[in-house]
Amino acid sequence: MTLTLWFGVTLASIGVSIIIAILRASLGPTAFDRVLAVNTIGTLVVLSICVYGFFDGRPEFLDIAVLYALINFIGTIAILKFFRHGTLGDHLPPEDKHHG
Amino acid sequence: MVNDMLIFIDIARQIMGIGALLLGSLAILIGALGLLRLGDVYQRMHGAGIIDTGGAGLVLLGLLLLSPDWTVAVRIALIGGLLIMTSPTATHAIARAARFSGVEPILSTDSKEKEG
Repeated sequence: MTLTLWFGVTLASIGVSIIIAILRASLGPTAFDRVLAVNTIGTLVVLSICVYGFFDGRPEFLDIAVLYALINFIGTIAILKFFRHGTLGDHLPPEDKHHG
Repeated sequence: MVNDMLIFIDIARQIMGIGALLLGSLAILIGALGLLRLGDVYQRMHGAGIIDTGGAGLVLLGLLLLSPDWTVAVRIALIGGLLIMTSPTATHAIARAARFSGVEPILSTDSKEKEG
């Protein structure tokens, strides 16, 4: 079917963008560049799960995409709270960073 | 007559869906280039914002137009609403954490570039 070609094109561009975001996450100078890149990778993985479900003709993958979007958001907020109150906290001593 | 109309609507739906998918792919590539090439955390958030709004919105709109069943369409709309609600919140949290932990934005437009 001819729709598979366009799903493949979309998957290829999402893959290239994931590679570029991995590059940014590996060479980002601050920690927030890495968190931003990882959040972007999560969004792109959600999109690629959706498009791959259509590419393969099995749209049941969308449930996994819903779960991955939720986990991506919770993970980003958790990492930022760890940065804020752990290593870069303003009123916690820096020796308390190994709690969680 | 009605059958011709339904076939025309189906073809128009597929063309609009493919166009939205390709525009979304273009937006995702542009956002990824911005994420790689811009000079600051706060500037790179523009690239991430293009991916989160333009790319995700257009790709999900294309999949919504190409969806074969209404249950699939409901799930895609759920994912779209979830991304619309969560990704600006996450970007705002990143900007707030970066600002409060002392990352200074590039404010002048001089030719010298600060790395980091």
